[in-house]
Amino acid sequence: MIGARSIEPGAGGAAISLSGVVKRFGAITAVDGLELEVMPGVCFGLLGPNGAGKSTTMRMLTAQTLADEGSISVLGYELPRESKQSRLEMGVVPQLDNLDQELTCRQILTVFARLYRVPRAERAAAVERALQIANLTGRADTIVKELSGGMRRRLLVGRGLIHRPRLVLLDEPTVGLDPQIRQELWTLIDGLRADGVTVLMSTHYIEEAERLADTVAVMSAGRIIAQGTPAELVAAHAGAEVLEVYGPPERLTEVSELATANGWASRRSGPAVAILRAETVNGRAPEGVRRPANLEDAFVALTGEEIE
Amino acid sequence: MSAEARAGEGQPLPRRVGRLEPAALAGVMSRDVAIFGRYWKATTFSSVVQPTIYLLAFGLGLGAALHPHGGLSYQQYVATGVVATAVLFSSAFPGMFNTFIRWQFQRTYDAILAAPVDVEELITAEVLWISARAGVYGLAPLIVGFFFGLEPTAGMVLVPLIGFVTGFGFACFGVTVAAVAKTIDNFNYITSAVLTPMFLVAGTFFPVSNLPVGVRTVAEINPLYHCVQLVRHASLGGLGSGDLAHAAVLLAFALLMWRLAIAQLGRRLID
Repeated sequence: MIGARSIEPGAGGAAISLSGVVKRFGAITAVDGLELEVMPGVCFGLLGPNGAGKSTTMRMLTAQTLADEGSISVLGYELPRESKQSRLEMGVVPQLDNLDQELTCRQILTVFARLYRVPRAERAAAVERALQIANLTGRADTIVKELSGGMRRRLLVGRGLIHRPRLVLLDEPTVGLDPQIRQELWTLIDGLRADGVTVLMSTHYIEEAERLADTVAVMSAGRIIAQGTPAELVAAHAGAEVLEVYGPPERLTEVSELATANGWASRRSGPAVAILRAETVNGRAPEGVRRPANLEDAFVALTGEEIE
Repeated sequence: MSAEARAGEGQPLPRRVGRLEPAALAGVMSRDVAIFGRYWKATTFSSVVQPTIYLLAFGLGLGAALHPHGGLSYQQYVATGVVATAVLFSSAFPGMFNTFIRWQFQRTYDAILAAPVDVEELITAEVLWISARAGVYGLAPLIVGFFFGLEPTAGMVLVPLIGFVTGFGFACFGVTVAAVAKTIDNFNYITSAVLTPMFLVAGTFFPVSNLPVGVRTVAEINPLYHCVQLVRHASLGGLGSGDLAHAAVLLAFALLMWRLAIAQLGRRLID
């Protein structure tokens, strides 16, 4: 038997705690000494470029991927030994659509209500509630393959919340969705946080992390390279202001060289060169447009990777 | 979500979860039942029509040219033999195809394993459902046989049980094949090289006692042969102590394949 040893968060009070976690796939080290703590009630954003190890980390939290080294605890339960108990109390929204194509929304939700041990007497109400969350009440008896991409994603969210979990894992929740549907999901995720549910969300959309996450950890090459509130990360890694200098390619190359010569942090940003910490280069700076620094600047400064 | 959805506060202690929980098995099987509700016509059609064709072709066609064997008409002989064929096809194929499709194409298994369900529970529930169905479909050839001179007997009530145990083993065999197959096309090797000889050389259409010693030994290792023997003895009278050995082989085969299926697919579902 897996014991319900404790419902209180584990040592340190964290809802999720990873320490020294390593995961290798053959010659590739996907997660490389990961240290991560997520406190209860927080919306935590795991931000990183593709291939940073975010999805592997998410799978390790449900024990669908087993760590080679290190220790993981979720909701106070040691993984992988007590993983089943922790899975009972958390919800998962996967990155890839893994809905049953042949079943209706109601059938899928009913199956998952059972899998999550929602008592028989409460099952019908739980399904209705999940349909409301997914905004699919009017489509309850529609077969999944007839739903649009946005509806499916909402159904995945409703499915993950069917048992009122106190921790929700969202793996790239809005990847590939229209801006409008993305907004809808953001509202939904924000509502979860307001309800006191702990949320761990992986994303490579800066805006998503900036809007939703209380705490953001930037992941690169299998480890966390910076962590803090979005404002802290921006202040620490991009400063207060960014100076964007526009011009033809030759001019941009010139500006880049000038920045390097002066030791200014800079990056190419589409048709411009962006000079970070522009507040510190007063007087010597080339002509350009000043704007407040944002998380994208910090992200690029940290990972060295441009994002879409 | 509303404020009443607040998790953690004022909720009763979470229930404990253990190994091979009935609630998990029932949950996974409820999904199979929902899918069966959509496809039962096609599934049942193929499971009934195939043995009927064998019965007609061999029973009426070949049977007319043969003399009764051991006091049985050839129609009786084939009707009881084809039970095993029906069970084999309705367990090994779903074991192979359903597993591969749900795991690789639909990723349904990923979703289920993120819920409080273990690999062992997932596979066991899937196989229990397939083998229960196979046990029932195993009755189809007998029912068809009634129209060709097969007499209903009390012993036939054992046939679904025999079909269930046999089907459990072959469904697990199918799951194991799906776990090690690189692509779904690889199933062709198994169908041609394993399943086809297996259903032919099991005493279904001709007695294995007529075979050369080497082939006969192989036939006697074939679990389907033991299924055929049990079904024939139960249906036509003559269950004896020797049938305990047949039952033991089927149970051992089911148990062995069950653990093998869990080990093989488990290795691939959890990386």
